[in-house]
Amino acid sequence: MNKTKVSRDKSLTIFSVLLLLAFIFYAERNFNHYTIRILENIAIFITLAVSYNLINGIMGQFSLAPNAFLAIGAYTSAIFTLSPEEKLRSFIIEPMIWPLSVLSLPFAVSLLLAGLVTALVAFFMAAPVFRVRGDYLAIVTLGFGEVIQVLANNLISLTNGSLGLKGLHPYTNLWWAWGVCIFTIFCTVRLINSSYGRAMKAVREDEIAAEAMGINAFRVKTLAFTFSAFFQGVAGGLLAHLITTISPSLFTFMFTFNLLIIIVIGGLGSTTGSVIAAILITWGGEALRVFEEPSNFLGFNYKGVPGMRMVLFSLILILVMLFARSGIMGRAEFSWESLFRWFRRKLPC
Amino acid sequence: MDLLLDVRCLSVSFGGVRAVNSLDLEIRKGEIVGLIGPNGAGKTTAFNAVTGRIRPSSGAIFFCGAEITGWPSPRIARNGIARTFQNIKLYEDLSVIENVMIAAHSSISYSFLEAIFGFGRFSADESRIRSRAEELLKLMNLKELAFERASSLPYGSQRKLEIARALALEPKLLLLDEPVAGMNPTETREFGGFLLRLRDNLSIGVGLIDHDMSFVMEVCDKIRVIDHGIPIAWGTPFEIRNDNKVIAAYLGTDFGGQPVDYATN
Repeated sequence: MNKTKVSRDKSLTIFSVLLLLAFIFYAERNFNHYTIRILENIAIFITLAVSYNLINGIMGQFSLAPNAFLAIGAYTSAIFTLSPEEKLRSFIIEPMIWPLSVLSLPFAVSLLLAGLVTALVAFFMAAPVFRVRGDYLAIVTLGFGEVIQVLANNLISLTNGSLGLKGLHPYTNLWWAWGVCIFTIFCTVRLINSSYGRAMKAVREDEIAAEAMGINAFRVKTLAFTFSAFFQGVAGGLLAHLITTISPSLFTFMFTFNLLIIIVIGGLGSTTGSVIAAILITWGGEALRVFEEPSNFLGFNYKGVPGMRMVLFSLILILVMLFARSGIMGRAEFSWESLFRWFRRKLPC
Repeated sequence: MDLLLDVRCLSVSFGGVRAVNSLDLEIRKGEIVGLIGPNGAGKTTAFNAVTGRIRPSSGAIFFCGAEITGWPSPRIARNGIARTFQNIKLYEDLSVIENVMIAAHSSISYSFLEAIFGFGRFSADESRIRSRAEELLKLMNLKELAFERASSLPYGSQRKLEIARALALEPKLLLLDEPVAGMNPTETREFGGFLLRLRDNLSIGVGLIDHDMSFVMEVCDKIRVIDHGIPIAWGTPFEIRNDNKVIAAYLGTDFGGQPVDYATN
């Protein structure tokens, strides 16, 4: 790849990010509340999927921990942004422990703290978790998710137990959600394209060969796990301030499961695939709602069946897995060069 | 100090099986040492023990004067022992050049933050790694295949790629596990020439396992023969060729315990 192409690609990328920002600017002023909410959800799910894909796709370690990271991030940021009065009012079973009960920080700081706390937890978790591989790793990380949920239910003076935290200020808007999303994609792609990313891929491809080439697999795994947890924690903070109420039951294994569907449909190991699948599944889940509402199609009266959305959704998933076994993108990544090549093939001139 | 690898009385047991039994092996700088023996003799196990993949049961391994017994394999690799595998272990889904670049991971000086935000030593290191990888691919005649997937390469090229990858570690000692298996006689001869040039140009030590006797006899300076884990001979190719114990191990003995003389029978 020569220098002019690199600078061309860089300016194209910057241009498309600006285009996206212009779209957000337009959307914020003209779209209705419902559409804006979907767009915010999409951004959060892209953040989650891209960082999750780093562990499961790029590094090939089957982790099921995102719901735990999400919960830690959500609780951390919520605890730091709630006002002291709100805390006093919410914590009716047991009062909140002292320094936190009077503390209230700006949203940005709480997001950063959410990321850092989650990353710290992931860092210390890496040592026991990465002693095992494959299916065993999945079970250990799954267990970790359950532990966090139990902790959230029982550390009442910190999390308010099963009552959850209510009345969070809805700080999360399109700018926050998409800003974090773009930043996450930027950081993840840069990391993947460095020697660290190559080492992660080497661990996925053949751990024995990677170790024989001087790569400390454990250290690489810990780095990826901590890195990914940081962004999942931030996304948790965003999610908490989007739905404004969090409780332990929100962060069940189903959340991880949805993310797993997204990264598998997009193609394990492809950041582009994760982004596309996050958009398709988050938006598609809403778009399929028309099949649950009564409609009149060519004189045929359709009453609308509640739950029809999930039936169709499952069918689509099955079809994708039948016809594109390695997901939408496989392990391929988007590049401007491949886009141009595709255009040249379509328009021979 | 030109003694690179000094293996003293190395034993490896798997349960009741003594795969390697008090093996001594010395590899000097600029020397190609062959490790031969019938199937199941423990040659690969010896390599695995030297590179830290399995822990030896007893004995000691010294590399450049320092004891490396029981070190984890990444640490041994970073210290300068690179290897290839009997059953090729490439990063199959990655491109050829990425395969080589990965081996340089231990030589990078930038942190992951520098990688993300692109400041500091990131670009200098990346271009150094890339040009070094290109150099090695050129050396192995794989330059044209740089952006192919590693698994799409023909068998012989995959073996060469494994060697290029091992060399990217900038090793002092290179351990090759059956490098010419599956190569035809012409390729084998070319590879022998390449190996001799490598030894002379880089002045590294090479440890070599192979079953192709004419190849081993041609390139090796010294040969260690083992049978059922037990070392039975050590010497120059000429000495080994005329060693009764070696002939017995390979061809069997007659009822009197004398090696079968196939030339006269």
